[in-house]
Amino acid sequence: MRAFTQHQGIVAPLDLANVDTDMIIPKQFLKSIKRTGFGKNLFDELRYEDEGQPDQECTGRPLREDFVLNQAKYAGSSVLLARRNFGCGSSREHAPWALDDYGFRVVIAPSFADIFFNNCFKNGLLPIQLSEENVEQLFQEVANEDGYALSIDLEAQTVTTQSGTSFSFDVDDFRKHCLLNGLDDIGLTLQDQDAIKSYEAERQQSAPWLFVNKG
Amino acid sequence: MSTKTLYDKLWDQHLVKQRDDGSALIYIDLQLLHEVTSPQAFEGLRMANRKPWRISGNLATPDHNVPTTKNERREGVNGIADPVSKIQVVTLDENCDEFGITEFNMMDERQGIVHVVGPEQGATLPGMTVVCGDSHTSTHGAFGALAHGIGTSEVEHVLATQCLVQKKNKNMLVRVDGELSPYVSAKDVVLAIIGEIGTAGGTGYVIEFGGTGIQSLSMEGRMTVCNMAIEAGARVGLIAVDQTTIDYVEGRPYAPKGEQWDQAVEAWKDLVSDEGAHFDNVVVLKAEDIKPQVTWGTSPEMVIAIDQAIPRSEDQTDPVLKEGYARAWKYMGLEGKSVLADITLDRVFIGSCTNSRIEDLRIAAEVVKGRQVAESLKQAIVVPGSGLVKAQAEAEGLDEIFTQAGLEWREPGCSMCLAMNADKLGNGEHCASTSNRNFEGRQGFGGRTHLVSPAMAAAAAIAGHFVDVNELVKH
Repeated sequence: MRAFTQHQGIVAPLDLANVDTDMIIPKQFLKSIKRTGFGKNLFDELRYEDEGQPDQECTGRPLREDFVLNQAKYAGSSVLLARRNFGCGSSREHAPWALDDYGFRVVIAPSFADIFFNNCFKNGLLPIQLSEENVEQLFQEVANEDGYALSIDLEAQTVTTQSGTSFSFDVDDFRKHCLLNGLDDIGLTLQDQDAIKSYEAERQQSAPWLFVNKG
Repeated sequence: MSTKTLYDKLWDQHLVKQRDDGSALIYIDLQLLHEVTSPQAFEGLRMANRKPWRISGNLATPDHNVPTTKNERREGVNGIADPVSKIQVVTLDENCDEFGITEFNMMDERQGIVHVVGPEQGATLPGMTVVCGDSHTSTHGAFGALAHGIGTSEVEHVLATQCLVQKKNKNMLVRVDGELSPYVSAKDVVLAIIGEIGTAGGTGYVIEFGGTGIQSLSMEGRMTVCNMAIEAGARVGLIAVDQTTIDYVEGRPYAPKGEQWDQAVEAWKDLVSDEGAHFDNVVVLKAEDIKPQVTWGTSPEMVIAIDQAIPRSEDQTDPVLKEGYARAWKYMGLEGKSVLADITLDRVFIGSCTNSRIEDLRIAAEVVKGRQVAESLKQAIVVPGSGLVKAQAEAEGLDEIFTQAGLEWREPGCSMCLAMNADKLGNGEHCASTSNRNFEGRQGFGGRTHLVSPAMAAAAAIAGHFVDVNELVKH
């Protein structure tokens, strides 16, 4: 996994609550058997006026001009700002894959759905939870300033505005460690394979019905 | 000894290692696999030159992409018209072959929606940890199993290690006290709960559902309730084990037999929250207050009872809610409408991992029996949850009741719940659906979904618009 340490980038304000993963990447694109190539279909239904198809070339499709990612001033944005309960619904990891593939490295919102939040960390994408008030303040600042950017420091756990205001955020120690170092957590878990084996051996004795062969 | 919730017990029983940083290694007893969220996980295994940790800890079946018409199904995977869908289903077949994982493929009668198949086979057992790359894995919590959806990276992690790195959640109890009214089902109960606590109300929690209103439900009903825990933001829904659970599991193909059965039942009896166990949050609903529910908007929390007026944006005080309601009104095309009956329906869908089990089909058949689907409807389809549910329904003659009433009887799969196959809504069409999500575009580009119970969907199919099923069956 790609490591995340510090990042500075332009902010795209998506002023919507309860953004679900169907919205982030609609179902027809989940038919891919790859992890990449989802960026052009990120927010497909919000972004384009027509119905997108898998493997379709997207340049030339009619755009919804009012959608944030279609506005010139947010071109090249890599920090997504949104409202509460971001990433709710389906567990599809295609959602963080699409955000990452588009170029986002950070998503900031007042709250996130659990599965999406967890999936982000597996893909070098940092979800940051700030208070409703702080998020509201950021929305106002973005609206007033073209090219508005934020600096994110994972080690220090801070989000800093260009004027120097800093907000701190929480992150689990384990997730932070993995993200900072770009660690493959399967490899980490396998360091505990003796513990897994002894757990299994004990359970096979105490609850043998859990180990039935599914022929 | 301190008292524990059911979740505390399940957590403790599966704890392989508590790490210093607060994370924990949790053992996974069963992983269910389907074609959409597994190909990249298998690919990851191959690239790292890893093997599955325990092959028998996995069970696979294709469900999301499979066509539901007889013609396409007749030739199995070769009959899938959509080439992209076909690749995904073929990939699952190949991966299961390569790694030796048991799969119920498209030609197997046991094929169906993973969350119907697991319990039906007794692959899901009380006290297990169950995961799947699908958020509706919460369904299996109906058996007192700790079950939740995961992303594809974690599917790969479970394949490789049979474990997950987790942090413990908080405990929430949602109690439904009293007795449910006629034609008020598990679906109405869970929609009412979501209406009460909101789609993020359960975020960070494991929700245990309890009270007489829950205990009186069949296993099918309990699965419906737990299935939609994720729609309240909770990855896990749980219901304590009782005699109803044990009776359902007994005799299923993968359920323990003989001496092991007795031993298992003894262990399962402890799968309840201890008297006085601590919950971080408790929500209580009165069963008698719950009426048939219908969603009007684009989030499962946008739900009302059949006799309520559709709430308006201008009446909301919270600015985020105000904005959300305005957007939902526009998307759903509600201008000029005030009650649910004002909405003209285009399609009706009875199916999905929420409501495609035999009991769901029985009640829908009871409502449509001897009646005719409204002429104004473009389509009404019934999609059983598995090949075995289909066979059972046909043995009971339900298929004939549906077709005589003008509904289509289909082959098993996820179908119109998420429209990855050919079953979908057209732009602007309204659908009464027994599925679980009414998000924008969920059932098709521009489609408008209204979530309801099977009885309410059946009643809507007859009337052509929403109607209290109790009123319909009177006539």
